[in-house]
Amino acid sequence: MWHPERSTFEGGLLPAATILANLVLVLVVSFLLFEAWPVLRDVGPWQLLTGTQWEPSHHRFGMGPMVVATMVSSGMAVALAFPLGLAVAVASESFFSERFQHGVRSMLGLMAGIPSVVFGLWGLNSLAPLIAKWHQPGVSLLTAALVLALMILPTIALLSENALRGVPTESLQAAAALGLDRTATLRYVQLPAARRGLLTALLLATGRALGETMAVLMVSGNVVRMPSTLTGPVRTLTANMALEVSYAMGHHRAALFASGVALTLVSAGMLLLTRRTIEGASRV
Amino acid sequence: MSESMRSRRDQVLRAVCTGIVLAVSATVAAIVIDVVVQGAPSLHPHYLIDRVLDAGREGGIGPILLSTIWILGVCLMVVVPLGLSVAIHLSESAHRNPRTATWTRRNLDVLASTPSIAFGLFGNAFFSEWLGLGFSILAGGLTLACMTLPIFVHAAEQSFRDVPDEIAQGAAALGLRARSRFLRLTLPCALPGILAGLVLSIGRALAETAALIFTSGYVVRPPTSWFDSGRSLSVHIYELALNVPGADRPAAAAAVVLLALLVAIHFSAHWLSTRWAPRKFAL
Repeated sequence: MWHPERSTFEGGLLPAATILANLVLVLVVSFLLFEAWPVLRDVGPWQLLTGTQWEPSHHRFGMGPMVVATMVSSGMAVALAFPLGLAVAVASESFFSERFQHGVRSMLGLMAGIPSVVFGLWGLNSLAPLIAKWHQPGVSLLTAALVLALMILPTIALLSENALRGVPTESLQAAAALGLDRTATLRYVQLPAARRGLLTALLLATGRALGETMAVLMVSGNVVRMPSTLTGPVRTLTANMALEVSYAMGHHRAALFASGVALTLVSAGMLLLTRRTIEGASRV
Repeated sequence: MSESMRSRRDQVLRAVCTGIVLAVSATVAAIVIDVVVQGAPSLHPHYLIDRVLDAGREGGIGPILLSTIWILGVCLMVVVPLGLSVAIHLSESAHRNPRTATWTRRNLDVLASTPSIAFGLFGNAFFSEWLGLGFSILAGGLTLACMTLPIFVHAAEQSFRDVPDEIAQGAAALGLRARSRFLRLTLPCALPGILAGLVLSIGRALAETAALIFTSGYVVRPPTSWFDSGRSLSVHIYELALNVPGADRPAAAAAVVLLALLVAIHFSAHWLSTRWAPRKFAL
């Protein structure tokens, strides 16, 4: 953005606003850590994350089963949503006319705009009974993974489409000149060139899935146990926080905040990885 | 690329991908239709004004809408001035301190990626307990403000950056002061994008549940002060779906209202940025 040498718009309060904005992050992280400190000090992060017994009333704070549930449900969701989202992006970018592309993007925008409670409501009222017909109960790891996949699919599709679109036209023209069909162009030219954007899509979607609370709370069954079958109820870290923080006290409450810290760190980590991926591209 | 020369595997790929697009579209349609079909019977003419009766199984959502709008109001009162100031600073002054700008943007990105339940816990610990606001509209609105700030700043800064350089160059050539240039040229030019960003933030805030459960609470009475607890629309849906037996249909009804609100917001964003603003500012 161009700026003249001497004259820029500056006001006394503007830098203060920027400081305040940065302060918000500092505040959030500090308070989460502050509340989590008692259990971090007395039980330790390792025991918290890997312990297998979650019985706060008996001072057992092992969140292992919930950590695994979080990772498995998000992992399954991404494994489902990534190929499907990519397929939607490929369809839109490579095979559809302008009008249909616009339609697909609108549909994805609509999908992305549906609040998580509504996804949860639908999962609870419509999807869970369907799954219950196959295997009781309807609320389970599978239900949670499916709903999560639906929630992150639009993000993946939109970002992937952007990435595919960003491949320079010259490369596509060269591929056409060489007689490559669409499939080959995709496989040897577009997808490799769009690698960074696709990785970004993957990371952002995973971060979103890991942090999702309401939808999984409503459809995952909320039983604290190590996930062993697809159709068994599980409880994720986020759902655990939402369920217990209203009555938790002392170390129990601190443990919930500790899981909040862990999730925030993971999301931030994913985001910083994303930034590094994008920055890598601009250096090239 | 030539459309007539379609190889066999291209045809297969096209069919598979198109099929997936259709399947996804059908699923989205199914979700919306399911919710509307389940909720429509519970909607009646005064639904938007009536009080909540029988824990939500009967009556309407009047107080809920009031709480929602009030919480949203608090959020925007903080986010808009603060966010605009940060966006202006980042786009106008940051070239002098690029490191501060990068830092701020990175911090805001991290804030944006934080899970909403973490904000709920933070809001509870900081606004409700430490600042003593308890379960209140104020606590909920302030927590939402923390959540939506990065989104609004990003959109606003982008809008300022998108203003063509020629405008600033022309203003400099004419000897305009920076303040005149900004207020009379840059700002009106960026306004459509800022409005779109504002609407995006409102949409995000409306859909938020986890952050509000522990900060503005569950109360269904109409709030009478900033310090009263109030239940927002999405919290109401959650509560009816999970904690009130036999309230599936009322939950869906509230979801219909929420979806309708979001669609209205989405379309006004679109209309504002593509029709109203360009005409008003003759750009």
